[in-house]
Amino acid sequence: MTTDTLPELGSIEPNPHGYRDFTLGKFSFGRDEYFVHVRWPNGTHMLAVDAFLRAIQRDVAWGFFYGIVNFDTVIGTVNHYGTVDLFAGRFNAQYRQAGLDYSENFKTDAISRLFEAILADWTNATFDPFASPAETGSAFGPKNGSNKRAITRHRVTAKRMIGAPGDEPVRTDDNGFPINRQFTDVTQDAPEVHAEPGFEDQVVSVNLFAYLSRSDVTWNPSVVSVCKNSLYCPTTEEYILPIIHGNDRVEWFVQLSDEIQWEVEDRDTGAVRARVTMKAGDVAAMPADIRHRGFSPKRSMLLVWENASPELPALYAAGKMPPAPVQF
Amino acid sequence: MAPNRTRFGSLAHFEKGGVEVIKDDARNYVFSNLFEVASKARPYEKVAVGKNIEYVIEAIRAEGTSGWRVACQDEFALVMDGEVEVRLLKPDDGSLVPAGGKGSIPLSGSPPGRKMGHVRARRGHMTLLPAGAAYQFHAGSPSVILLQTLAGRDTVERWAEICQTAPRPKPNSKEVTR
Repeated sequence: MTTDTLPELGSIEPNPHGYRDFTLGKFSFGRDEYFVHVRWPNGTHMLAVDAFLRAIQRDVAWGFFYGIVNFDTVIGTVNHYGTVDLFAGRFNAQYRQAGLDYSENFKTDAISRLFEAILADWTNATFDPFASPAETGSAFGPKNGSNKRAITRHRVTAKRMIGAPGDEPVRTDDNGFPINRQFTDVTQDAPEVHAEPGFEDQVVSVNLFAYLSRSDVTWNPSVVSVCKNSLYCPTTEEYILPIIHGNDRVEWFVQLSDEIQWEVEDRDTGAVRARVTMKAGDVAAMPADIRHRGFSPKRSMLLVWENASPELPALYAAGKMPPAPVQF
Repeated sequence: MAPNRTRFGSLAHFEKGGVEVIKDDARNYVFSNLFEVASKARPYEKVAVGKNIEYVIEAIRAEGTSGWRVACQDEFALVMDGEVEVRLLKPDDGSLVPAGGKGSIPLSGSPPGRKMGHVRARRGHMTLLPAGAAYQFHAGSPSVILLQTLAGRDTVERWAEICQTAPRPKPNSKEVTR
């Protein structure tokens, strides 16, 4: 059953650390100087507050993404595209066996408002949940202001292609996107575009690598080109993916620069299945029945390639599609 | 070595990672390297390195001048190595583009039409190939394109040749310098 009432957005009075408590359905969330405390009818859980804020920041920014967003091995969300499950222990074999798992379904708007309210109250002025650890201050300590600019960034979703007339602009110094410290050696040259009169809107080319070198966020796929339901969603990665992504469809990775290692586990139990090391030019699929977490020792460019066809989750869930994209 | 040097791949030099299986089949990850694929491909052979139902990404070795092609949906050409000239033309004959077709189709010779323009693209440059526009590639030296498109009649699928099938990466596939 979907809980469709809008959430009580939080306690009026802050706790002794200066932070408000929040509830949604039978879940409650509180934070102290270091940890987030999650409670549900038959269990409790603690997460480090920096990891929790990084995770819900992605969950909100991505619109709960494709499939499952595990904040860690216990807490997370499942996107049903209109409603969202908030769960504890659902994809953890031991929690399920112990009967400690719990899940509750909410309208997407309700859980979005909850997470946005938590981000607004719990993100201190010194902390940017989208930034790499080397580029942000501390998330810890008593309440210390807020950082609205960091948690409300515009998410790029090109309708056709970045740089095309009327579409998402490319990044420049002038519009607030300097070259990242780890990509100062990335060539910034523009393609030579020669359009005949009348075809200026059709002859379009951009420097995608320069565009990525100017990203001010990490682990945040954004759409740069659209071929029907085929979406190129490149992103820049540094340190550790703040969530463990459980797939509801196949997705593909193309490593554009540097290196990422992926830990791959069974989506439903967490049993380890493989480690995938990707270097520049490597291409790999993430099957529809796994979950994965990436580790990027240096800031790298990753092309995430998605199929946004809305019927896919049901087809995979019903076993009508094999979890691997190619049989050979 | 500068600690933050960004490493891209190329036909001349690429390193491969791989799949280390713990409890799985390496084939589930369809793991390949697009530079390795392009290094073994014929010029303008459209070799799929990724497939998601009807959609593909193709590794294309650009060398010399390609034939003209056209598609009924937008495609996107990302140059991964070298330099490629993309020539665009609006065909006079609109029926060259079959409605509802998938992927691109080859055109015989140079189709009559209006020149739309051209783009000279180097590594990292992504170019729109608009729906209904004929396009031709030219590369003075071997280059690599990654093409976002739908699987079509000229898409080449040879997964068993290009993908890792063993539980561990081949030791000699760690680094290739040409």
